[in-house]
Amino acid sequence: MTSVAIRALRKSYGTIPVIRDVSIDIEDGEFVVLVGPSGCGKSTLLRMIAGLETVSDGEICMGSRVINDVAAKDRDIAMVFQSYALYPHMTVAENMAFSLRLKGIARAERDRRIAKVGELLGLGALLKRYPRQLSGGQRQRVAMGRAIVRDPQVFLFDEPLSNLDAKLRVEMRSEIKALQHRLKITTIYVTHDQIEAMTMADRIVVMRDGRVEQCDTPLDLYDRPANMFVAAFIGSPAMNFLHGMVEKRNSGCSFMSCDGIELPLPPGAGQLEGRPVVYGIRPEHFGLGGAGSLQARIRLVEPTGSETMVFLRLGETEVVGLFRERIAAREGETIPIRPDPSRIHLFDPDSGRRLI
Amino acid sequence: MDITGLVPLLIVLGAIGIPFLVYLALGLGEAVLSLCPPGPQRAMRPWLWLLLPLGLVALILIYPVIVTVATSFQDARAESWIGAANYRWAFSGAMLDVIGNNILWLVIFPVVTLVLALIAAVLFDKVSYEPLAMTIVILPTAISFTAGAVIWTQMYSFQPAGSPQLGTFNAVLQVFGLGPVPWLIQPVVNTLALIFVAVWLQIGIAVLILSSAIKNVGTEMIEAARLDGAGEWRIFFSMILPNILPSVLVVLTTMIIAALKVFDIVYVMTNGNFGTDVIANRLYYELFAANNLGHASAIAVILLISALPVALINIIQFRTEVRP
Repeated sequence: MTSVAIRALRKSYGTIPVIRDVSIDIEDGEFVVLVGPSGCGKSTLLRMIAGLETVSDGEICMGSRVINDVAAKDRDIAMVFQSYALYPHMTVAENMAFSLRLKGIARAERDRRIAKVGELLGLGALLKRYPRQLSGGQRQRVAMGRAIVRDPQVFLFDEPLSNLDAKLRVEMRSEIKALQHRLKITTIYVTHDQIEAMTMADRIVVMRDGRVEQCDTPLDLYDRPANMFVAAFIGSPAMNFLHGMVEKRNSGCSFMSCDGIELPLPPGAGQLEGRPVVYGIRPEHFGLGGAGSLQARIRLVEPTGSETMVFLRLGETEVVGLFRERIAAREGETIPIRPDPSRIHLFDPDSGRRLI
Repeated sequence: MDITGLVPLLIVLGAIGIPFLVYLALGLGEAVLSLCPPGPQRAMRPWLWLLLPLGLVALILIYPVIVTVATSFQDARAESWIGAANYRWAFSGAMLDVIGNNILWLVIFPVVTLVLALIAAVLFDKVSYEPLAMTIVILPTAISFTAGAVIWTQMYSFQPAGSPQLGTFNAVLQVFGLGPVPWLIQPVVNTLALIFVAVWLQIGIAVLILSSAIKNVGTEMIEAARLDGAGEWRIFFSMILPNILPSVLVVLTTMIIAALKVFDIVYVMTNGNFGTDVIANRLYYELFAANNLGHASAIAVILLISALPVALINIIQFRTEVRP
């Protein structure tokens, strides 16, 4: 178990940069999730840590040791691949024994460790089977078992749940998290699924175009996104954005949208008076009715039982609201909605950066 | 009677008559079938349709085999039965050397081809100029065995020491001040020299088969093995080789059969002289030079029986691939 430090890391394929100046410090035993849209470089970054891709510039350290030039086989890093990458010609037990055999671990000790991990993951009855005789979920478990049995310094996961069905994915999500807490092995996990990132991570690294957009705990990312990209990426349904200005009103400052809708601002927004801003509010931070409500026209109602998602039109802008209440109103009717002023995010319209 | 003048007529007759006969036979068969109750009708219909192809196979494949086997127990002119004398001849005296040469071919040719092809396929997979390398290796397969043999006769050409060397190998040896080697004359060296020509002519196919098999081995699996601590050798022996075994078997069996029936190279380059004779060349000699039908048939039967197990392995392998 060790810490991992990434310093000013760069990677280009020819003239095309895929990782541009990434720096992340991962503590010993921490569960860090790299998340971002496809092509953001998260998998490349993971493969660079694994030693499967060369480093163009910068440093990767494990503990205090720079491992840029250490071969993948000597890094003592275990990786779970998206395709699981099981050895098809070996049984489950042999799959797990392979790395131990290479390390020269005696047979008795190998068998003991395989039995232990098999029990931990519920693979006991499958040890003599071949990968082709297993279901997708079982293969996924074997891939994890193969990583765990090594007792490595660092675990890497490359979208390990993306080939599972939705129900199994949710189960495995919590199982992996529990397992990591129990084994306390430094873990770097790549996914494009922000729910997976939010539920599992100690810390999330949001990436875009080879850069780190923000690196924070899940709730900090949700509460204080550093920019509009992170704000839109984290949270489902995505945050609503309205363009407009901060204007002086008799009682203080308000947000005035381009189409003339007045919305409340959080305290401290007065300093932005006269500035064009992007007003961000998450769908779940609208309230129903009360003082200062706005009339919004309903375009579509999607009830899920526990909550109701409503597509609304506020002035000229489409917004989404998520309410705990049941909504009886139908399409075409209006409902009174009220943004929670303490949960408002203001962004700079040019740079997208968070203002308040 | 001169039948060459009748050939065009025969072709026309065949082109019209054979489809007509097939149609007639099937029509008649179906007519007979329609008189049967539905059960037997269903059981017999495939056989009706297979009857003609099976007859054709029997005529051009099974009948000659039976005749050859029968002839192998007859004398030189296939007139009287002489028991197993032809086989006793085939496994005695000078024939033992011939069989010994074939065993040499059988062992060295497939193994050398396989090992070289494996090395080439693995290395090609790692370089960016793979298409070029592959093209160079495959080029010889486009050359006929006879033409290849002629080319290599020049390469191996030998003149006594002191005279100018025309053969490439001996010329190179001369440059380094070494004496010429009688590549095609000195026993064992000459058989190895011939085997090398066959390797050169055949390795392209082997590399092609193995290369495509290696490309089918999952990259993520190889990467997983690398992260598990495996070096290049270990990856080859523990990951690549076990996963391309079916293709290795195909290459091996193909090369074994090629080694069994090797003829052209030996016929062109040494004609079996200087202790390089092989069974197939001997068969040709017995049949067309010595006119000994009995000897030739016995050799043909021996060749057939030696090739059968290899063909059987191929069939079994093919079946396991179809039904995994």
